[in-house]
Amino acid sequence: MGAILAFAAAGTVAWSGRPMVIPIPWAIPFGSLSFGVDRLSAFFLFPIAMVGGLGAVYAGGYLRRSSGVQAPRFFWFFYSIFFAFLLLVVTARNGLLFLMAWEGRSLASFFLVMVEHREPTVRSAGWTYLIAAHLGTACLLALFILLGDRNPTQDFEGFGVSGREGIRSLLFLLALIGFGVKAGMVPWHVWLPEAHPAAPSPVSAVMSGVMIKTGIYGLLRIMMFLGEPTLWPAWWGWTLVGLGALSGVGGVLLALAQKDLKRLLAYSSVENIGVISLGLGLWLCGVRVGNPAMAALGLWGALLHVWNHAVFKSLLFMSAGAVAHATGTRSLDRLGGLIHGMPFTSLAFFAGSVSLCGLPPFNGFISELLLYGSALAGILQPEGLRRIPVLAVGALGLMGGLALACFATAFGIGFLGQARSEEAAQAHEVSFLIAVPMGVAAVVCLGIGLMSPLAVAFTSFAAFDLMPILPGVIRVGGWEIPALFQRILVANVALCVMLVVLMAARRILLLHRRVEESSTWDCGYAAPTARMQYTASSFIWDILAMARVLRPRVKECRPLGLFPRSARLGTEEQDIFQRLFYNRLWRGIERCSDRLRRLQEGRNQIYVLYLALTVLALLLWKLGFSQ
Amino acid sequence: MTGIVDFLIVLLLLTNLRILGSSRIPACISAVALQGVLLAVILVSLSSEPLWGGTAAFALLLLAVKGVVLPWLLRRAMRDASVTREVEPFVDFSTLLLLGGGLMGLSFLIARPLQVSAPPSTEKGLLPSAFFTLLTGLLVIITRRKALTQVLGYLTMENGVYLFGVSQAIREPLLIELGILLDVMAAVFVMGIVLFQINREFDHIDTDRLSVLKE
Repeated sequence: MGAILAFAAAGTVAWSGRPMVIPIPWAIPFGSLSFGVDRLSAFFLFPIAMVGGLGAVYAGGYLRRSSGVQAPRFFWFFYSIFFAFLLLVVTARNGLLFLMAWEGRSLASFFLVMVEHREPTVRSAGWTYLIAAHLGTACLLALFILLGDRNPTQDFEGFGVSGREGIRSLLFLLALIGFGVKAGMVPWHVWLPEAHPAAPSPVSAVMSGVMIKTGIYGLLRIMMFLGEPTLWPAWWGWTLVGLGALSGVGGVLLALAQKDLKRLLAYSSVENIGVISLGLGLWLCGVRVGNPAMAALGLWGALLHVWNHAVFKSLLFMSAGAVAHATGTRSLDRLGGLIHGMPFTSLAFFAGSVSLCGLPPFNGFISELLLYGSALAGILQPEGLRRIPVLAVGALGLMGGLALACFATAFGIGFLGQARSEEAAQAHEVSFLIAVPMGVAAVVCLGIGLMSPLAVAFTSFAAFDLMPILPGVIRVGGWEIPALFQRILVANVALCVMLVVLMAARRILLLHRRVEESSTWDCGYAAPTARMQYTASSFIWDILAMARVLRPRVKECRPLGLFPRSARLGTEEQDIFQRLFYNRLWRGIERCSDRLRRLQEGRNQIYVLYLALTVLALLLWKLGFSQ
Repeated sequence: MTGIVDFLIVLLLLTNLRILGSSRIPACISAVALQGVLLAVILVSLSSEPLWGGTAAFALLLLAVKGVVLPWLLRRAMRDASVTREVEPFVDFSTLLLLGGGLMGLSFLIARPLQVSAPPSTEKGLLPSAFFTLLTGLLVIITRRKALTQVLGYLTMENGVYLFGVSQAIREPLLIELGILLDVMAAVFVMGIVLFQINREFDHIDTDRLSVLKE
């Protein structure tokens, strides 16, 4: 079995490696099934192929000893389909083909989410996901019908709307909702924190890493058809910036309150999608006001963040999966001290967290820097739309800080300190097949960070088709862009060298001394217990206390008196959108459907009456008054 | 020729009203049988060329199936179920006749624009009467309680569809019509069997009392 799995994994990787060699535009028209890879597709193909391949290798190790997955063959079948359709989505050059791939991809991933279908939570998560996916597709269907109504073949080459602004805005809104559902932007994100924890870890890595990015891809692809970029109305940009800020801040705040490691990561995906759409919004605003630096940097930042997030989020999900695999739990309150048992996994998780928080020298830093640069270019311009970039900078800063707090919690509580449970204490290091993809992803994170000039150059290559105005040199506040990134490269390398030197120095200095190890947070007691440590709830309490908007449910019992006997603090977070909006919506729909039930009367005659009335009405409408 | 066709069409309309307004099932069956005969005669009288073998054969077939076989089947089913009257339909008969008159007017209204696109040789009365027959069938299905009368409604509706086909494709109606005929045969056989079984099981063929199965 292992050999078969390994073979499948190797085959997938080999296959996925193929598109990487053709980043130049080409197209094979094949009836209505035309494929093609242009710059944008090639850009999105890279992370899909990489993360998909890594996920396959990882799954090879993950499934071998996993107790949760009962049917590996079932898993591999749908994984291959899922992967093929993912590749098809970004290479399709035909509206119909695109929709088919989109839908097939959703269905395959639905089955992957449902792999562990014996648990009721997994089942409800799967249904939520399926409903969300289909609501999104409904919008897309309308979108493509509108786009292709003067174009019988539905090929992308024939698309292109130069009509009135109302139509184009309608198309934009449809695309925003349809693709936003898949990408997980905030008002439509509720499926994401349900589906990602429910899926097996390799699947959540691929879903979170690249599947939600195809939403971004679709949005960009549709933007290409919406006429001359300089004619796009300004509110498109505002909307995207607003949604981005909402998704980012909302996502990270909700992530803070989570105690399930994979749920936390899922909310952090919402945040990162927010960052990306913020960048896209800045791009639109920049195009609108004719500020090339703002536009270019915004788009580049967004695109680069797509890559980065694909890599580090799949890395994080893979490490979380390894942790769940080793300890059997994902709850932060039952973990702790994993760095002793699983040093490699901890290191990988650490690398992912640092990238996610946008700290140098890792890759998240580069893309966030681009976005800050874009917003800065917007603020520095003499007139027009200056409030938007100010908002963007504020949101970005808030997100960055909160993400740092969030991952300090996740890493500090989960991996440092003392084990809080028996399972955590006995955690063991992962197998080779699981470790390799994590290592590769971590190295890529660092690599993109260090090779930033190269990465930015490739991003600008991908963005070429979407940029109407491209000046030779982009400068922000006196800095020219290529030169800036060369400096960053030097600084990053210097940072790495310094770290290595410092560690070596520590090693040398301590070489001949006695080092005493004691447990973290022992507060000077002689015999501390693991229960004395901060828990996830208490660690994050101060920040959550500020975020009253989210209305966390707090079970609090403060210590009272001089010699308090007991005190406890627990927070519980239910998604505010879920609670305030969706639950009401579903209840309303249910009520309406109940009313509709009266139509289903049970009598044949009544049903035929409905038919006859419809036919008569249609006939009258079409024929009766046509003179 | 036109005079004869017009006369036949008027007869057809009258049979429709007869089906709508009669409470006795044997009378309805006769009316439907008469409709079948009328259809066959209309088909023959419409073909302006000297009678072609195919058309004649088809008309004969039509006559046999709609005028003889189906009524015979229905009569047998009626005897087996021992039902001869449609008591208490959902809508009483005088209202039904009024409704039928309204529908006739509606059919003429609907058919007017279609007359333009139809083949120029088409008779004027054909299209509206096709619509009217169709709507009558639907109305019968909607308002009657007995399964047997619903079958009659279905047959009437099918006659309307057939007439529509005649009016639109006078040249090559054979292939389509043969298909439809086969369809109707099968449907009536199935319904006859179902009727018989329902009757044996429940001692009645009132469809509205079968509504427990709705969920």
